[in-house]
Amino acid sequence: MKGDAAIVGIAELAPVRRTHGATTLGMIAEVAAQAVFDAGLEPGAIDGLLVGPQVGETPQHVPATVAEYLGLQPTMANVVDLGGASGAGMAWRAAAAIASGMCETVLCVLANTREDVPPRSPNRNPIREMDVPFGASGANVAYALIAQRHMHEYGTTSEQLAKAVVAQRHNAQCNPSAVFHGVPLTVEDVLNSPMVASPMHLYEVVMPCAGGAAFVVTSAARARQLKHDPVRIAGAGEKVTHRSIACAPDLTIGPLKNAIMRAYQQAGVGPEQMDLLSLYDCYSIMLAITVEDAGFCPKGHGGPWLAEHNLTYSGDMPLNTHGGQLSFGQADLAGGMSHIIEAVRQLRGNTTDRQIAGAEWALVTGNGATMSEATALILHRGER
Amino acid sequence: MTTTINKPQPTPTSISQRFWEAAREKVLVVQHCSNCDHHIFYPRNLCPYCWSDSLNWVTASGAAGLAAFTVIHKPGHPAFVEDTPYVVALVDLAEGPRMLTNVHAPSEQIRVGMALRLDWEDRGDFILPIFRMTNENPGGSPA
Repeated sequence: MKGDAAIVGIAELAPVRRTHGATTLGMIAEVAAQAVFDAGLEPGAIDGLLVGPQVGETPQHVPATVAEYLGLQPTMANVVDLGGASGAGMAWRAAAAIASGMCETVLCVLANTREDVPPRSPNRNPIREMDVPFGASGANVAYALIAQRHMHEYGTTSEQLAKAVVAQRHNAQCNPSAVFHGVPLTVEDVLNSPMVASPMHLYEVVMPCAGGAAFVVTSAARARQLKHDPVRIAGAGEKVTHRSIACAPDLTIGPLKNAIMRAYQQAGVGPEQMDLLSLYDCYSIMLAITVEDAGFCPKGHGGPWLAEHNLTYSGDMPLNTHGGQLSFGQADLAGGMSHIIEAVRQLRGNTTDRQIAGAEWALVTGNGATMSEATALILHRGER
Repeated sequence: MTTTINKPQPTPTSISQRFWEAAREKVLVVQHCSNCDHHIFYPRNLCPYCWSDSLNWVTASGAAGLAAFTVIHKPGHPAFVEDTPYVVALVDLAEGPRMLTNVHAPSEQIRVGMALRLDWEDRGDFILPIFRMTNENPGGSPA
């Protein structure tokens, strides 16, 4: 393998037939700390995290849940789901991630409970225990809190955010696949739509849909021999910081900031090179925070920046030319992939009537949970 | 026949059980790390700052400040429809930790930075910590 990674710390819990009230998260924490201390390292040295799937208390967002529990903010986080080969699978992924520069020190950890009577509800994580009983089910609450705090700190307005939503809806009118194709929208429509969770109106919230997406990655050499002009993955960055909004290190700066800066650095570019912003838009506030975190304007100026620029496909800074998820629709996890698909289409130069002339560079972002799982890509129109 | 949907109750673990037992006595407890001196919430079996397991339960003062809030009109869980509009907030305890909870106050008077006091709300087998405005916030001037 590339690089020369080594295993430097180990730990194990003695196997037991039954546990009595233990939690998987607690057992993971116990054995993880032992391994890290065995290596003579401090928790802060851990910047990579590989875990198993379906950690007892939580069926989804497992790396973020484990990272939050341990107070880690890894720059590479993943589930490895290979049954009995999971441990070995983690070893090479850790080495590969290190060799590729995504992180330096990876914690690989697996643990399980074995209760007499397994819990009935699949979701027994800290969010279910500490947030849901207060009427805070679902993502809307978290992003409403983020938006309210952003407005309080920086004077961001609903009207500024609505302008970005409307620009994306304009773009969607050139995308027959968009769920809101043929349904124009005005700023007044957004501001007059029902309040879901203040300060967020209905049309600032993504619409759940069914759908799918896929893409294929290959080597540069092979890509040159294929049908389409290749689109290069020129840079990538990732950061995972928390699971519950109550544990977010900051309510108005997301982990995307770090991820985007690292992606720029790998690609050797900055915001000034970008021809397309293909930014994850589960809620309007994510657009304001992401343009700030991506360095298009100073912190807190995202609202005015969105309002002052022409974000349509023919404008000075095209944003989500497919309509964004707010106008294209959010087909669960494939919704986030729509930002990659559109960026590739634009960089190939083969959108139909929403093409950005000479598009060469695109910033693509992905965002999960409560502004807590962040991945950024810099895509570049390659040459044969 | 109508079906009543119950509000979800907390799901204590062996680690957090102490927190909910104290809440039943209307006492707010958080963990304190004797190694690095941080207060911790939610309850864990090790400190997320230094990974020490030297955690002790301490009683929080109940004094808190408001970090962010939202007025919920369309809840994600059907059992909360009857409460709308209600306030979900992030509240910073004087000891440091941040909690997600409810604030009972007229929504037009709620401001980021305002001082809050602890109160309690019955929820079936549990009692939940919630917050109210203090008397020092007449009309609410933002901090």
